[in-house]
Amino acid sequence: MAILIDETKRVIVQGITGREGQARTALMLGYGTNVVAGCTPKKGGQEVQGVPVFNTVKEADAYCRQNHDGPADVSVVFVPARLVKAAAIEAIEAGVKLVVIVPDRVPVWDAIQIADAAKAHGANFVGPNTLGIISPGKAVLGMIGGRAESAKAWFKPGNVGVISRSGGMSSSTAYYLGQVGIGLSTICHVGGDSVLGLRFPDVALLFQDDPDTEAIVIFGEIGGSQEEDLAALMKSGRVTKPVVAYIGGKAAKEGTRFSHAGAIIEGGKGTHAGKVKALTEAGATVVASFGDLPDATLKAIAATSGSAS
Amino acid sequence: MARLHEYQAKALLTQHGFQVPQGAVARTPREAAQIAESIGGSVIVKVQAWTTGRKAFGGVVSADTPQQVAEHAERLLAMKVGNFPVTEVLVEERVPIDQELFVSLALDDAARAPVILLSLAGGSGIEDRAADVHRLACDPQTGPDDDQLRGLIAGSSIDKTLHGQVTQAVRGVFEVASTHEARSLEINPLVTTTDGRVIAVDCRMTIDDYAVFRHPELGIEIARELDHPPTLLERVAYDVEQADHRGTFYFAQLNTAAEPDTKGLIGFHGAGGGGSMMSMDAIMAEGFTIANFTDTSGNPSAAKVYRAARTILSQPDLVGYFGSGSGVASQEQFWSAYGLAKAFGELELTIPAVIRLGGNSEDRAVEILQDACAQLPAKVQGYRKDDTPRTIAQRFAELVNDSNAKPWQPRAPRVPGFVGAGTSFAITGGRVWIDSQACDAETTRLVVEHAYGLLKDEAGVPVLAVSEQDAAGKDSEFIACEIELRRAGKPVVYVELDVPGLTEAVGCVAAAGGGN
Repeated sequence: MAILIDETKRVIVQGITGREGQARTALMLGYGTNVVAGCTPKKGGQEVQGVPVFNTVKEADAYCRQNHDGPADVSVVFVPARLVKAAAIEAIEAGVKLVVIVPDRVPVWDAIQIADAAKAHGANFVGPNTLGIISPGKAVLGMIGGRAESAKAWFKPGNVGVISRSGGMSSSTAYYLGQVGIGLSTICHVGGDSVLGLRFPDVALLFQDDPDTEAIVIFGEIGGSQEEDLAALMKSGRVTKPVVAYIGGKAAKEGTRFSHAGAIIEGGKGTHAGKVKALTEAGATVVASFGDLPDATLKAIAATSGSAS
Repeated sequence: MARLHEYQAKALLTQHGFQVPQGAVARTPREAAQIAESIGGSVIVKVQAWTTGRKAFGGVVSADTPQQVAEHAERLLAMKVGNFPVTEVLVEERVPIDQELFVSLALDDAARAPVILLSLAGGSGIEDRAADVHRLACDPQTGPDDDQLRGLIAGSSIDKTLHGQVTQAVRGVFEVASTHEARSLEINPLVTTTDGRVIAVDCRMTIDDYAVFRHPELGIEIARELDHPPTLLERVAYDVEQADHRGTFYFAQLNTAAEPDTKGLIGFHGAGGGGSMMSMDAIMAEGFTIANFTDTSGNPSAAKVYRAARTILSQPDLVGYFGSGSGVASQEQFWSAYGLAKAFGELELTIPAVIRLGGNSEDRAVEILQDACAQLPAKVQGYRKDDTPRTIAQRFAELVNDSNAKPWQPRAPRVPGFVGAGTSFAITGGRVWIDSQACDAETTRLVVEHAYGLLKDEAGVPVLAVSEQDAAGKDSEFIACEIELRRAGKPVVYVELDVPGLTEAVGCVAAAGGGN
């Protein structure tokens, strides 16, 4: 098993006719994702990589139900940042239950409106500013890996889940775990922004309930409260699988944003020290150097299988 | 800049019906005195700087006469906050405070909604207020819940005749923040006065960087969250980013001199947000001070990476150039290699450079960088995804230690002689020059081979194979062509790329560095 995405989920692509939409549709199809339809306003009737294009999500969803035995399960959004709010809300209102928002620079008040719509419709979203999600050997959403052949070579299937606040470091963490023989159930980049759909605690709960995930590796960063909220879930006993973490930004100073909109320490909150402390006290293994993640993960897995036998 | 000064934020508040102290901003002691004169009576003079605790360092003072105001203003306008000189002071009436309240709006990442923090306790210190801070969850469309808000105010010790005004102020905070897309807005204190007014005495406000484009009314020059007003180089970098939407380029200046007990000041060039931050941690753990934080990612053009490198190398006193990202990049890395090779080559880099180019097409990227830089005075090394950040940070330290190079001083790029004389055509943000006279049949063949179909052989010399319009956006391809010809020992192509404002910025930096 895996979380959020596998080869059975019916996926549509919003903005499929754009430069990024086309390139990443090729990646997803090449990897094995079940991309069934795309949409771009006024481009209905075209095809991209053999995938039919519709004007609206509603039409794409209807086509899905008629020809692929069910609704569109997931929509991946590749439209310019200023159009993201309308596109995501269109998908949510059409009944899509998981929206993956790849574009960067989405205004934060737009993300809040999307969250409001998702809540009202019982939908989830990942991002904005996510590189995507990949369940190795099964399917990929977004653009993790860049090309299908790289994604196949870099990420191995297995029993560790990865959650990251950085796109590049999702790939990097997964790759270095693979180098020491650790395979992965799913890798989820939650996005680099300050207001996100699924956050660390949400994804950790999905991994907790996934029988094929034995341990959770996280790449955290300064700013926000995702790491602290995950720690609270661990303390309350809701997340019991071993958690191994690296937190970036130890050297960052307060009040300056470090690339990611979410990576800023404001009013003394979201500091590196605070996150390390919260996670450590909750029982996570927090490594000081990124290079120590793979070995620490091996140890964490060995410790659980030891205690289970 | 996405942070607003107190007086700018207060101007927005008044547009939305708030009362603020009567006053105005001054840039000279004379202006300050004039403002005080027109207000009459005793006033407060406050430095305008993005910092808390202004009172503690004497940045907020009261004065009874215009003469005193001028004296205070003179002192305050000579102050520096951090590295940045104070250029403005706000002169305001002294309001007769009865009770001090606190209200702020933040975006709660867990709730994915705005939240208002409200203290009605009326204490004067933050500790007094912390005990009585209420959280009001907000609906993104309609703001705080009216009943909850009214209940809180009804139960407070605030004079009943002012309840309506205080309620309106709290609702106003939501209105101002949502209208102008603030990330945060804090009125501290909001006061009731003995003469029956409710006034916003101080205000801090930050606008969402990503929404600045739809708020021209705010007059924000640079939508970047920094802890200081933008430097000349940050302005240059911001203009580069605005002019080229292929990938992202983020640049923040952090230090102008090495911290004591470190191995020196270095140029830092990350790739990818998390990867950049992780690499920054790794190189600082190795004992270096970074002059800047840079991130080029999201599949940037070679031209953008080139301009980023030029910007980084416009900082004086660097002992090395360290580049590293996530190490397993989804983007094609050879474009970055071309951009770096061009910048290093024409600046004739003297200080060691270590660049981790792991990810798609990493072998090609490393080969391009190392080969194109082989003749430079500096050692330039490329690394792949299997080289960990710690390893290359150590390698970088060794190279810096072994290097006899003097600390880097910004310089103008070396431009080949045929620029200005050879054939040329314009591209976006620059011009491509070809040394036609030096083009024998074999050289022309090489040029055409490396030109991505953009150039063709006509009568033995390379000429455009497409319209100038179609060639205009192909700056990265022409950079690749330039570097490949340089590698082949036939440097007959040169892409002249503008970096608006860089020469002026270097002049200032160099001048400042000289006095250091």
